[in-house]
Amino acid sequence: MSTAVRHPLPGDASRATSDVRLSVEQVSYAYAPNPSQAPLFTLEALSFQAKPGEVVAILGPNASGKSTLLQLIAGSLLPLSGRIFLNGFETHTLPVKTRAQRIALVQQESRLLFPSRAWEFVMQGRHPYHPGLRFESDEDIAIANNALAQVGASHLADRWMDKVSGGEKQRIILARALAQQPLLLLLDEPTLHLDIGAQVDLLESLRRLAAQNRYTVVVVTHELNLAGEYADQVVLLQRGKCLRVGTPASVLQREILEQVFQAPLSVEMTASGRPRVTLFSNK
Amino acid sequence: MRPLTLTRLLLRCAILAAILFGVVLLALKLGAVQVSLYGLGKDLVSVLLRHTNALSSDYGMIVLDIRLPRILLGIVVGASLSVAGTSFQALLRNPLADPYVLGVSSGAALGAILALIVESHMSLSPEMAGLITPVGAFIGAALTISAVYLLGLRDGEIDSTTLLLGGIITVSFLNAIIMFLMTTLSGSNLRGMAFWLMGDLSTPQPRSLLYFLCLGFIIASGAIYTTASDLNLLLAGEKEAMHLGVDVPRVRIVVYLAASVLTGLAVSVSGAIGYIGLLVPHVMRLIFGSDHRMLLPASALGGAIAIVIADTLARTVTAPTDLPVGAMTAAAGAPLFLYLLRRRIA
Repeated sequence: MSTAVRHPLPGDASRATSDVRLSVEQVSYAYAPNPSQAPLFTLEALSFQAKPGEVVAILGPNASGKSTLLQLIAGSLLPLSGRIFLNGFETHTLPVKTRAQRIALVQQESRLLFPSRAWEFVMQGRHPYHPGLRFESDEDIAIANNALAQVGASHLADRWMDKVSGGEKQRIILARALAQQPLLLLLDEPTLHLDIGAQVDLLESLRRLAAQNRYTVVVVTHELNLAGEYADQVVLLQRGKCLRVGTPASVLQREILEQVFQAPLSVEMTASGRPRVTLFSNK
Repeated sequence: MRPLTLTRLLLRCAILAAILFGVVLLALKLGAVQVSLYGLGKDLVSVLLRHTNALSSDYGMIVLDIRLPRILLGIVVGASLSVAGTSFQALLRNPLADPYVLGVSSGAALGAILALIVESHMSLSPEMAGLITPVGAFIGAALTISAVYLLGLRDGEIDSTTLLLGGIITVSFLNAIIMFLMTTLSGSNLRGMAFWLMGDLSTPQPRSLLYFLCLGFIIASGAIYTTASDLNLLLAGEKEAMHLGVDVPRVRIVVYLAASVLTGLAVSVSGAIGYIGLLVPHVMRLIFGSDHRMLLPASALGGAIAIVIADTLARTVTAPTDLPVGAMTAAAGAPLFLYLLRRRIA
C-alpha cells in the first residue's frame, strides 16, 4: 500500500470538510495544432461536483468535447483555465503513480500487442502500488481476484484476452480499473461495442460498485436511456459548450434534446421517476 | 492465477543457463580440429591442482585461446542483440522491430566506420583506439533510433507501418553511405569489412574490449530490466500505460539509450548480425509468455544460445573456411521467421 504523504493545498480545509470528492471548477480547454492559429476545438468553462458513490454521465453528440472533458478530469490534459480537484488535489499536478492510485480510466478500447491472460491483465492495475521492479504479493493476488469477482468474471481468470467476447473483455478491463483501488473511476464509452443486455449489465455493475466501494464514477456515453436510468447527475455538452448539469430528469428534457441531437423525440417519465427518451425518424 | 515468482524466474533461467553451458561445451569441441573434451578437462584439472604448470597438449591453445574467446564474444553479442530487440518490440509496440530491421545496426555500423576513419587521422594510444569504435557505434545507433522514431510518429503516436517503412528506408540510405565509404578502402581491408558488415565473430578482439563489452552489457541490460514491469504495460500503448502509473518519458529515454548502447557494442565487434534480435524474443515469448521480467533474461540467454549454435555451424559447415555468422543467422532465421509469420505470431 502506498504511504504517500498528502500535502495540503491552499483552500483544502474547506474542501476536505465537505463531502465533495470531485470538483470541476470553471474548467476550459482549447486545442490548436500550433499556437499561432485559432484553436480547432474549444471547451468552454464548465463546473460540476460529485460525491463518493455518485455516477455522473457525460452526454452529447460527436465532437461535443465529452472525451476531452474526461481526459481533463483524468489529469492527462492541462486545462486552459479553471481547476479540477480530487479530494482537494488538482488532478494534473499529481505524480503519475499517485494519480494512477486515485484515478482509473477505462478507455474505448484496450489493444494488446501480445495476448495475455485475463488475470495478468487485471494484475496490471496493481502497478501503481509498486516502486520499480517487483513481484506480485499475496495481497495483490487477493485484490485482483476480488476485482474479477466484483464484475462477475472470476471464471474468466485463466482465459486469454483475445479469446473472450466483447462483453467479457469489457468486464475484465473494468476489473483492472477496480484493482487500482481508485477514488475516481472514469469510463470512455464503455458500452460502445456491447449488445443491449451487456450494456445494461455493465451499467448495473457500475451503479452497484459505486455504491459498495464509494467510487465516484464519471462515464462518457451516447446512450441517453442508460444515462437516464443509472446516473445521479448528467452533464450535457454540445460543440464544446456545457448546456446543462443536473439530475437526469432535469437535463433530459424534450426541447433541449431535440435542439442538441437535431431529431424529433419524446421523453416520458417511468414509474421510478427516470426519464425515457424515444427518437423518431427525421422524415 | 499463477503470477511470476522470483523462484520460478531463477529456475527457468537456470535451465536456460544449463542449455547454454551444454552448447558452449559442444562449440568448444567442434571445429576444423576436433578436440576431446574429456582430455581437455583432465588437462585443466591437473593445471588447477598444480600437477603441471600449463596445458600440455596443443589443442589447449585452440580451445582456450581461439574458440573460447570467440564463444564468449558471441554470448555477449547474442545477449545484447536479443535484449535490444525485446525492448524495441515492447517500446515501439511492434512485433517486427529489432535493431537490424529498424536500421539501428546499420547506424551503428556507419558510426563505427566513421570512428575508424577519424581514428586513422588522429594519433591515439592503442587502448583509446580500441574504444573509439564502440563509442562511434553507440552514437550511430542512438542517432538512428531517434531518427526512425521521429519518422514513425503520426499524430504523436507511433504508427507501426510508418515505423517499419522508415526503418527500411533508413537501412538502405545508411548502407549506401557505408558502400561509398568502403570504396575508399584498400583491397585487403575490403574483404574484412564485407565480412564484418555481414556479421562476423572471427576477428580476434583484445581481452580489454571483451571486459568492456561485458561491463556495457551488464549496465545497459540492467537499466532495461529496471523498467521490465513498465514495458509490460507499454504493450497496451503509451497513453494507457501512463494512466496505469508508468512514467512513459523516463522509460522511453532509459530503454532507447540502453538499447542503443547494446546494439552499438554488439555491432562494433561483430557487425550487423540479423534475425537474432527479432526471432529470439518471439521464440522466448512462445515458451515463457510476454512478461518482461521473465522475457528479458530469457531472451538474453536464448540469444546467447542461438548465436553460439549459429557460429559453431558457421565454423564447421565449410571448415576449414569460416562463414560469417550473420549469413548463418539469416539462412536459418528467414525461414523460421516466415513460419512464425504464417502462424500469426509475429
